[in-house]
Formats: sequence, C-alpha cells, structure tokens
Amino acid sequence: MTDRPEEKGQAQRGPDSLRDQGTGGGFEHTHAQGKAEHDQPTHFAFDEQSEREVEKFIARYPAGKQASAVIPLLYVVQKQTGRQTGSAWVPRVAMDVIAKRLGMPAIRVYEVATFYFMFNTKPIGRYHLQVCGTTPCMLRGSDDVLRACKDAGGLKGYGDTSADGNFTLTEVECLGACVNAPILQVDDDYYEDLDYDSTVKLIEALKRGERPRPGSVIGRQTSAPEGGPNTLTGVEE
Amino acid sequence: MAKVTVDGIEVEVPNGASALQACEAAGKEIPRFCYHERLSVAGNCRMCLVEVEKAPKPVASCAYPVMDGMKIFTDTETVRKARRGVMEFLLINHPLDCPICDQGGECDLQDQAVAYGKSFSRYEEGKRAVKDKYVGPLIKTIMNRCIHCTRCVRFSQEVAGVPEMGATGRGEQMEIGTYVEKALSTELSGNLIDICPVGALTSRPYAFISRPWELSKIESVDVMDALGAPVRVDVRAGEVLRVLPRQNDEVNEEWLADRSRFAIDGLKRRRLDRPWVRRDGKLVAASWAEAFQAVAAGLKGKRLGAIAGDTCDAESLFALKQMLNALGSTSYDARQDGARLDASRPDFYLFNSGIAGIDDADALVIIGSNPRLESPVLNARIRRRWLAGGFRVGMIGPDAELTYAAERLGTGPQDIAAAASFLEGAERPMIILGRGALARPDGAAVLKAAWDLAASVNALREDWHGFNLLHHFGGQVGALDVGFVPGEGGHDVEGMLGGGVNALWLLAADEFDVARIPAGTFVVYQGHHGDRAAARADVILPGAAYTEKDGTYVNTEGRVQRGRLSTMPPGEAREDWRIIRAASQFLGVTLPFDTLDALRGEMAANHPALARLNAGPVRGCTDSAGPGGEGPLSGEPFVPAITNYWQVDPISRASAVMAECAATYVAPQPAIAAE
Amino acid sequence: MALSDKDRIFTNLYGTQPWNLQAAKMRGDWDGTAGFIGKGRDWIIEEVKNSGLRGRGGAGFPTGMKWSFMPKQSDGRPAYLVVNADESEPGTCKDRDIIRHDPQKLIEGCLIAGFAMNAVAGYIYIRGEYYNEAMVLEAAIAEAYEAGLLGKNAAGSGYDFDLYVHRGAGAYICGEETALIESLEGKKGMPRLKPPFPAAVGLYGCPTTVNNVETIAVVPTILRRGAGWFAGFGRPKNAGTKVFCISGHVNKPCNVEAEMSIPLRELIDRYAGGVRGGWDNLLAVIPGGSSVPLLPKHICDDVLMDFDALREHRSGLGTAGVIVMDKSTDVVRAIARLAHFYKHESCGQCTPCREGTGWMKRVMDRMVRGEAEIEEIDVLEQVTRQVEGHTICALGDAAAWPIQGLIRHFRPEMERRILERQGRTVPLAAE
Repeated sequence: MTDRPEEKGQAQRGPDSLRDQGTGGGFEHTHAQGKAEHDQPTHFAFDEQSEREVEKFIARYPAGKQASAVIPLLYVVQKQTGRQTGSAWVPRVAMDVIAKRLGMPAIRVYEVATFYFMFNTKPIGRYHLQVCGTTPCMLRGSDDVLRACKDAGGLKGYGDTSADGNFTLTEVECLGACVNAPILQVDDDYYEDLDYDSTVKLIEALKRGERPRPGSVIGRQTSAPEGGPNTLTGVEE
Repeated sequence: MAKVTVDGIEVEVPNGASALQACEAAGKEIPRFCYHERLSVAGNCRMCLVEVEKAPKPVASCAYPVMDGMKIFTDTETVRKARRGVMEFLLINHPLDCPICDQGGECDLQDQAVAYGKSFSRYEEGKRAVKDKYVGPLIKTIMNRCIHCTRCVRFSQEVAGVPEMGATGRGEQMEIGTYVEKALSTELSGNLIDICPVGALTSRPYAFISRPWELSKIESVDVMDALGAPVRVDVRAGEVLRVLPRQNDEVNEEWLADRSRFAIDGLKRRRLDRPWVRRDGKLVAASWAEAFQAVAAGLKGKRLGAIAGDTCDAESLFALKQMLNALGSTSYDARQDGARLDASRPDFYLFNSGIAGIDDADALVIIGSNPRLESPVLNARIRRRWLAGGFRVGMIGPDAELTYAAERLGTGPQDIAAAASFLEGAERPMIILGRGALARPDGAAVLKAAWDLAASVNALREDWHGFNLLHHFGGQVGALDVGFVPGEGGHDVEGMLGGGVNALWLLAADEFDVARIPAGTFVVYQGHHGDRAAARADVILPGAAYTEKDGTYVNTEGRVQRGRLSTMPPGEAREDWRIIRAASQFLGVTLPFDTLDALRGEMAANHPALARLNAGPVRGCTDSAGPGGEGPLSGEPFVPAITNYWQVDPISRASAVMAECAATYVAPQPAIAAE
Repeated sequence: MALSDKDRIFTNLYGTQPWNLQAAKMRGDWDGTAGFIGKGRDWIIEEVKNSGLRGRGGAGFPTGMKWSFMPKQSDGRPAYLVVNADESEPGTCKDRDIIRHDPQKLIEGCLIAGFAMNAVAGYIYIRGEYYNEAMVLEAAIAEAYEAGLLGKNAAGSGYDFDLYVHRGAGAYICGEETALIESLEGKKGMPRLKPPFPAAVGLYGCPTTVNNVETIAVVPTILRRGAGWFAGFGRPKNAGTKVFCISGHVNKPCNVEAEMSIPLRELIDRYAGGVRGGWDNLLAVIPGGSSVPLLPKHICDDVLMDFDALREHRSGLGTAGVIVMDKSTDVVRAIARLAHFYKHESCGQCTPCREGTGWMKRVMDRMVRGEAEIEEIDVLEQVTRQVEGHTICALGDAAAWPIQGLIRHFRPEMERRILERQGRTVPLAAE
C-alpha cells in the first residue's frame, strides 16, 4: 500500500495567506480552505437547535429541490461549531452529513463550501476580524484598520490567528457599506467609520469580552451624512 | 431542420443543434477543449468562439443553438483574435513541460497552440502551482497542467455515474479533484485519460514509458469482457504498452473498461514461453517435437475430452473441436464455469436486443447479474438510458452498487416470474440474464424461466427481442458459435471431471476447480499463462494471448470481430491454431488446413455466422419457443458472479496493476475465502 | 431644482423611524395593493413600462419589458420571482438601507411584481455578509405573513404568493443573475450559458425573473403616484429617482435619493459635503460602482448622472455607487485594488476571466510600484481586450473596464512611475 491518500491528504493549499499588504492591492488572499486531516473531527451531528433550523430551511424550497438548502445548512453547521467550540468553521465530516441530509453527492457540498468565501473550512479564532480592503474602504483608511488589527490583536497579517486564539484576521472584499467606510466586520457585525484608534478600542473591548454596539463608531445615523441628514429632515428644502 | 450558412457554405442541421455542429457539418474544424460530444455542454474553455451575424460579440459555438437563416463566420479576424487570446490565457499558467509530458504528441493543447499560440510568452508573472491529486491507482495527475475544462468532472458524474470529482475553490484557485483524496470508485477511470485534453490526467502505469510516435498501432478487439470493445493496441519492440478504445457507437461508443485497458502488464508476467513435459513427476523444459511426441504418447488409447477457456479465439476452438472429432471424441465444453447454457439456438445465449438496443428499451429487469462489474461500458449505457428518463430498472439477485436506481424485485430464481408485473406496460421491455445465474445446478431452469418471463411480457416479437444474456468474456460466445459444447454422446465439464474421460486437453482453461481432475488423467495444457491449471499438466503447449494472434471473437450480442496479432507470442509460444494443427499431425489426424485463411474458410463453411464480420445483432425474435430447461428452480439466491472485478482471468491475475487495484478497491475477503 | 422630500420614495432611508410594518404603513406602504393587483397583470406591466423604470442593479434594462418576457400562460411549470439583494459591487450600499430600514417596500414590491409575472413564489437572495439586514428582512416577512400580506390571498388580492429569504455566502459573482440562480439551487455560483435566458429556463428550470432590490422596491410607489410622476424626474429614457451612494474622498459620504440626471458635481456638493479639499482637489470619480471606468475631473465638472450621459463618456451609471478620489489618491493603486477584487471574485469557470483577472492583477500590482516596462502598459491594455467580450458573463468586462479607464485617463502617471523606478528623467506629468 504505497501512495495512500492519507499522505496526500496534506494537499493543503499553500497558505498564500501570510503575505502582507505591502504595496497595496497586490497581495494574495487566503480562503480558509485547508484540508489538513489532523484537525478534522471524525463525527458531526446537528444539535437540537440546529435541527430546528435545518427543518425550517429545507421547508423553504420545493419538494425535490432541497439541495437549495446547502448554503443555509453550511451556515447552521458553522454556527453550531462556533457555539460548541468557540471556533466557527465547517468540518469536512459535517459536509458529509449535509450531503446525506440533502440527498446530494458529497463532492457537490465540498464544492459549495470551498467556493463561497464565508465558510471557514478550517478552525478560526474566537472572533473573526474581517477587514474590507476594497477601494472605497482603502480610500478612507482601511490600511489603518488593518494595522490596528495587527497591533491590537497580536496578528501577523491576513490569514493569521492570534496566539491566544482570540482572533483570526481575514481580508474581505467589498462589504457593501461603502458610505460608512472603512469597515471591520467582526463575525456577523459591521463596525463602520473606523480609524486606527477606534479600531484598537474595538479590539480591546472584544478582548474584555464586550461586544460594542455594531454600526458607526462615530455616532452617525446609519448612512446619512455625518452631522445629520440633509434630506428627509421633515423640512422642505 | 435549420438552414445555416457557415463561411458562405449552406448546411442544414437539426433544430436544436449547436453552432459548432453546424460548423462541423460544413466541414469547418472548430477548436475546442471543454466540449465533448458525449458529455453535457460546459462552454467554459471559450476556444470555440465564432462570430454570428448580428451577435454583438463572439459566441461559444458549442453552446449556441442554431436558428434558421443564421450566418456563422469561423475564420474572421475577430475569431482568430479571440482564439489566440484564449490560447494565450490557457498557456500562461500551463507549465512548459511538454518534453516530459506523457500527453506530448497527442495533446489537444499542443495541437491548438500550433494554430493559435504565440512563439513567445508575454506573461512575466509566476505560474500557478497546484498540488497533484490522488484519484486512484490508474490515473496519474499533474494538476499544474489542468486547464479546468471540467470534462473529467462531467464524465465521472454523467457517464461513470460516480459523482466524486469536482472543482473546489474558485477563480484562479479552482482545483479539480475529489477533495478528500480518494480513489474514484469506478471501473471506467481510464477514460479520464482519453477525455483529458491535456496532460493533467495521464495513465499511471504508462507514465514515462513511451512517446506516441514510437508506437505501432494495431487495430484489434478486447476480450477482457464480453462487450468486445474495439481497441487499438499500441506496441513497441514486441511489447504491448497501451490499449486504447476505438470508436463504435453500437458497442463501446468510445469508452473502455479499466481491466481491458490496464491488465496488459499481465501479458508480460507468468508467461508460458516454452513447451514443458512432465517426466518422473516433474515438469521439464522440452522442445516442441518432444512435447508433441509426449502428447501423442500420452493420449494413446485414452478417452480424450477438451475444456476451453473464456478468451479463446474461434479459430483455435474450431480447430480443437475438429481434431477431437477426428479422434472420435465429442467431449468438449467451453462452459468451464458450469453455466447451463443452451447452444442449440443463438438467441438462447445472445444479448439479443443489442448493446445499442439499450437505448430503445423502456424497462429493464436484471437477473443474477451485476452489469457494472461484468461489463462496465455496457453498464454506462444502461445508466445513460436511465438518465434520459422513462426507463425503470428492476433487479433480481444480490445487492449491487449500480450507477442507476434499481428496484430490488427479489433474490433468486423463484422471483423471476413475478417480475412480469414490473415490466407490464413497457413497450420494449428488456431482460438481462447474467451468465453467472446459469452456473448453478438449476441453471437450465433459470434460463427457461428468464426466457418465459420475456415471452410473458411480450418481449419476444418480430420487432423486438428483449431476452439478453450477458457473458463475461470475449471468447465465450464464439465458443458457443462453433459448437464447443458436448456433441452426441459427449461429456460436459461435469462429466469429464467425473471420470467420463481419462485425458484432458485444456485450452487456456483455468476457471474451474483443477483439483477435481481425477488422478491418472493425462492433461495437456495449451495456454499462455502459468496460472491455475498449468501446474497439473503432463504436457504444456505454450500458446498465444489475445494480443498475440489473429483471431475471431464474438461479443455478447453476437457481433463477430477480428483481433489482430500485435506482438509475437513470447519465446517458443505459438498461435494456438497452429499448435493444434501441428498436434493433429502427431496424432495422425492431420487437420485439412495449414493456413489461417484455409481454416477460416472451413470454419465459415461450418458456421456461416462467423464470417459476417462486425454485423450487429439481428433485431427481433422469430421463434418464441423457449430453451429446454427441465427441473425445478431452487430457492437458493443468486450469488455475485464477479466480486473482484480486477482479477478474473489469467492475464489480470498476472497483472501487478490489477493487483494494486484489487488492493485499493476490493474489501479484504475473510481468510477462508482466499484461494 | 433639487428633489424634495415629498418626492422621495425611500422616506426611511436612514432608519430614523422603525422598520416595522406599523411604521411602514404610516409611511404609505401597503396602501391599495389589492387594488393594483385587481387591475391585472397587463396594467401593472404597462404602468411600469410607462414609468420608464430601468433596472437599478447595474445593467439598466427596462423593467417593464423584462417582466413582459415572462410567459403569459404557464406550460405547467411554476414561475418564480428572484430578488437580487446580493449587493456587492464596490461602492454600492443602497439596497442594504432599503432592506434594513424600509423592508416593507421591497416586500410589497415583490407581491406586485410576483403577480405581474405570475410567480408562485419569490426568493430574496441577500448577500451573506448582510447578516443583520437578513434578520430584519426575515422578521419583516414574518410580520407581513402575520398580517395576511403574503401567503394565501396575499393582501386580500385573491392571489397566493410566498416569499422567502435566501442568504448567499460571500461571492460577488452571485450578483450575476444566472450565477445567483445556480447558487439558489445549491450549487457554486457559476453563471450559466445564455441562451436560454431565465425567463425561459431559470430557477429549477422554470421561468424566472431576477430583479434588483431597488427596482422592485420602487414599484409600489410608482403605482400609487402614477407612472407619469416617476417619469417626470430625469431626462427621457433615464427616468425616476435613484438612490446614490457617495463614498471616498468627500466630506460627508452618504446615501441619498436624488433625481436621475442630476449633475455629478451637484450630487457631491449638495448631498455629500463636497470633495475633500474642494472641487479643485478632485482627481477622478468612478461614477457607477467599481465595474465602470473612472472619469477624470474635467469630465466630472459637468457630467450628468444617468445611463446615457455616462455612456457617452465611455463609463456608466451602473449601480450609481459614486467613488470619489481626490488628488491625494494613488490612482494606480486604487484601480489595482479593483483588479485584485475581480481576481478574487472570478468564479473560475471560463478561461479568459479565470486566467485574465490574475494576469491583470499581477501586472497592475507591478504598475503600482512602477516595476514594469512602458510597453507593458500596452500589453496590459491588450490583455483587458482579450478578456472583454469573451467570457460567459459580464464579470470579465467589469474586470477589464476599470483598467482600460485608468490607461485611457492616467497613462502618464503609469509611465511616470515606471521611469522613476528606472531612475530615468521624469517628464512633467500631464493632466
């Protein structure tokens, strides 16, 4: 028995992740897409809360089209893993469970899980720091947000997880909140209108176990201009 | 039909045809990588771009439906530019390792690069590096070369029916593989090599062995299963290096099963390459003359019988039968598996619907057979029919992992009659009876029951013959065609082993319990491998394997095809009919032919069907009277005829590649079951 | 004459009021919905056509015409409405506000549009990152069901219509309508070959129309206030009001609903506090989301913000995501970052985009540092042409155009960097 799959199972994508921003724009991205078998659990089952959600999601699609629920179910898995281990990711064995539940070939689930950027196919830190680095955020100082994340979070760069397991740093593409740039997404929440200092403050708060209120950190009314709306004021222009 | 103009040439193509098909109809060659006519259309490589009048930009011709009056341009500056652009993109991340690539010389990318490539690269950046993947013992992957055409993904899903390959990740980082690094669970994986347009998926056993232009290519026929796939045998310096499928839409389309393709290293191992004679209980090397003298001496005054193997050519079977007749014996049998076949009428033992007839059937009951293991390519055809819809499959026998949904209708002979209700309402019902289902004491009754089932569901009509026997090897039907079954007063295998004869001529027969040959029986073994029976022989006459002789083979549907001598038999070994002809001289019953043509003329005179080369099956049944088949059906369930697809005959048992496959794919058998 | 608040459709754009149903009704939503449905499909489609509404997702296809492609009579297959809430075009964040602050406008629009195209159900495909927005939308739909506005006899119209939320999971390409459908079916978001178009073969092989959030959400108000009212804003063929997203180097980035064809300069000055450092400090503007070529200042001075005016300048209105860059901007890096974006978001299906986006990104990265030869600017330009128009979907075009715009307008800056890097004399930068 030579050339067994296990040996090749390490066929993990080279983490082109740790390369830093450097000149801007010119950096490789990481997608947490490793397949290192050593950190893969051998068992997964939906817990009670997840089961309820699974049922709810499957019911949204016509009979026979339950494959549509694959993304929702991957979310359910990622949430459950987060609940149970503090690290929100999708183990491979859970993909197999999803495949079985939805009656689809496992490879189709693997494809989906690795195609969509929001699924972590290897463990991440307790908090997922997702820095938007796309042009609108870049123009308004996302470099500073990144620097703050590294400084305050103890992170070497994109793809890194801090030594204390608190943070994983990922660069994400446009988060669709450009008028409140720059944005840092912490797990599901957007923190907006950041600069270096406010990002450090946010990360320090996370370290203390606090969850500051998402949204603009400078007190803006959502997407209205700073200082208050100049339309929809109830006053005719 | 739609009238389409391609570069000014008017052609008519069916509605729904693609622009690419229209171009081909007009004789315009369209370069392509992702498009494959037997797979779904992906349209992703963008190499087949053409211009269509009024379309704002070039269109992918493979995916663009024709419309009446459409004007297509395949050779405009826009088209050439587009293709050159695509070619450049394909090459920027493709390694320049053609000198060490096994696809070199038969690579679509290489060929098209000649037409559309540049002689230099403008790409100054680093090339993509992709980890190679493990997809099984037969396929070598060099994923840097992959151009992401997804043919392999589509083949494994659509044809092989094992949706295990995919493209994970996305964008530039998209990778083809199984993600979990497992061997593809299919017996058709070798076809991935053929459909891969580049050198990403190549043959592992053939890695770095040869260059295509060094090979002599001989058109022949495969005998490793009963499909009778037409093949091309690639030979260099007297060695078979590759076997590749040829195309016959009525037989294999363009696929080949893995054993047929990869067992060939077995042709070089454990060969009988010189005559042997037993002296004082020990086999010692001998000359041909000594061997024939020993045969003549040994057979003197004996009652001779003959058992033939599964991959023999019809010529040697015919010659052997003639010789036995001349010696006054009618004890010969090619059914070493004990299958209770009825050779009295061809349609009792043929796949009468025809392999292509699967496409026309609308319901199928499989009895005592696992088509996936017994004929993987035929099985793929069943799958395709099933995918097309309006086709139900039922099965009687042991549980089997097929590549289509099959309703389990029962486990044994007693469930056959009831399957009529499953076939009810079908216009062209089909019954596939596995040869293995007849290799049991009640085999003849099983045969009759299956025939009766066909009759009861009106599957035996002038326009449709729904009774089909699925054999396992390429020599089995030819043996029945030449009547290599006991004649008047002759013994069958059982009878011969039971003492009906006291001398046995084994023509490459290894698949019966050799230990049952009664002591004192004089045994001549004529064959190519030192497998199970040779050790029991008193005289060994080294014969030729199927690639080493000109021979006639008949596939399970009765299609007569010719195999051709591709390499000389090793050492002293000779073509089998010659051996028999020479032996007849020593035995004093010289056969009346001393050339192959003369033999074939004689054979055709006796069995005219064997002269109708490559004729498809006669459709329809003109006589619904069934085979004899007295005796009760037993309650014993059917058992799998083949459990280890990879090692079933002397050649595949001698193959190291097949041994590795068996180790990979076959669940370890309990120790008692081992040989 | 600036748009007045009474003519704004999204009166809760900033979320100053609650998003809930009660508040939405106070804002006028769900007023007379059953009545519109009672007037029949043809009337609705005709009104939408007359309003001049063009798709707000980027391509600007006339909405009424798109709806009219749906089969009038079912051949047995159900039809579906799919709402594209996969807002991912850099510079664009308008749908987010509609969903989180005015979801009932979208839901009501779905019912009306669904009815107009004979759909049995609608799916709102919302980008995965909009988690909190999706929660609001789910809650709003639940409220609507509870109030009888969805489901059987929706809003008392006699018409049955179900509406579901489906979250994406981080893939810009799913904003392409057929990739979105693939994704909704549980596959990778890889665009389909067209034809067939979704109106013939869409979700689950059934007739489907995919519309942008804003497109659907403005429909109820159009019906309430009349096609003529909507058509009264903007220039002919560029009708209506539009939510603009003004980001980048302005004093007060914001979303704002304004009339179509508003001059770009007025849009920035009136609503976004002007360009940082004053109008003369402006370098360039990407007027319609990252996929459209940028405009240098001299064009920005008087260009109008509508489909046709921007196309005349070889750019586009796109999603109306206005990205403003002042003179401090490293414009090559700004575009290189977009090249990175497109490489990252290429689905990988077809050759020119999969390979070309990576090539363009890498060359652009070197251009930022000037690590290139002058001739490579031409090679880069040719590579963009080799991608453009040769791909299955428009992502290839979208990746090519920003770079083409950069070369068209800022070639001297690119050359300057290269020469500087090579230690050669730098000619005075033009522009």
